Amino acid sequence: MSMDEISAQMPLLVFLVIGTLAVASSILVVAMRNPVHSALFLLLTFLCVAVLFVIKSAEFVAAVQVLVYAGGIMVLFLFVVMLINYRHLPEDRVLSKVWLGGIGVGLAVFVLFFSLVRNGAYADQAPDAAKKLSTVSESYLTQHPSDPSKLVRRTRDRENRNAEAVGMALYRDYLVPFEVVSLFLLVAMIGAIVIGKRELSSEEEESTPQFILERAEVEKEVKESMSA
Amino acid sequence: MPSTAQYLMLSGTLFAVGLIGVIVRRNMITVLMCIELMLNAVNINLVAFSHRLADLQGQVFAVFVITVAAGEAAVGLAIIIQLYRMRSTVNVDEVKTLHG
Repeated sequence: MSMDEISAQMPLLVFLVIGTLAVASSILVVAMRNPVHSALFLLLTFLCVAVLFVIKSAEFVAAVQVLVYAGGIMVLFLFVVMLINYRHLPEDRVLSKVWLGGIGVGLAVFVLFFSLVRNGAYADQAPDAAKKLSTVSESYLTQHPSDPSKLVRRTRDRENRNAEAVGMALYRDYLVPFEVVSLFLLVAMIGAIVIGKRELSSEEEESTPQFILERAEVEKEVKESMSA
Repeated sequence: MPSTAQYLMLSGTLFAVGLIGVIVRRNMITVLMCIELMLNAVNINLVAFSHRLADLQGQVFAVFVITVAAGEAAVGLAIIIQLYRMRSTVNVDEVKTLHG
C-alpha cells in the first residue's frame, strides 16, 4: 500500500477510533454512579464529537463545540455538582423504577435508526463532497464579498475558509434567527438568575452561621470601645 | 472518508444511549447531561448532511442548536439548584408533587 492510499484511508481510521471512543464514553456517562465522573466522560464525548466535525470539514462548528460545550457547559455542570453535596444524599438506588422499560425504549430507537440507515440510502460515498463544500463556501464569499479594507487579516488559505463562510451566512442570510437566538440567550440568562436567586426570608436570616454572628458582636464591641 | 451512513449510525447510537440515560437515571444532573448528549447527536447528523449536500445551512443550524443547548443547561441547572434548596434532593422519583 502506498503512502497516498494510507493517507486517503486516514479519515476513516480516525473516524473508527474516535467514534468508538465517543460511544464508549457516552455509555460511561450513563453508567457512572458519581456525577463528577459522568461529567468528565461527557467532556470526553464532546471532544470526540468535535474531532468528528473536523473530519466532515466543519471546523467552525468544531471550535464552537469545544468553546461552548467543553468550556462553558461542562464548567456549569461541574459547578452545580460541587454545589450540591451529593455525598449527603441517600444513594440507595441509582436506577429509576422504570429502568427496564427505559433500556427497552432505547434499544428500540437504536434498532429503528439502524434499520433506517441500513436501507443503503446514504451508504455510498458522496464523491468529492469536501471539495464541493469548499466550493460552496467560496461561492458564498464571492456572492457576498466582504470589504477587504475592513478586514484586519484576510485568510491566506483559500482552501479552508469555513469560519468565514459560516459567519457570512449567519450575519447575512440568518440575521433574524441570529437576533432571535441572542434574545433567547438574554431570556435564559434572566431566567437562570431569577430562578437560582436565593430569597432571603426572615427564617433564613436567623439561620446565619454562628461564627458570623459572633464576629459581628466582636466588631460591635470594638467599635464601641474605640468611640468611648 | 467515512460515509454519511456511518455518521448516521454513530449519531443514532449516541442518541439512543442518551435516551436510555434520560429514562433510566434518577439523578437530575445526570439526566440533564444525557439531554446534552442527545442534542450533540443531532448536531452530528446536521454536520454530516451539510457535508454530503454541500450546503452551509446544516452548520448554521448546528451553531443554533449549540446555543439553545447552552441556554437549556443554564436554566435547567438553576431549577435543579432551587429544587435542592427547597427539597434537599435531586432525585427525579422523589419530586412528584404534580403526580396527583
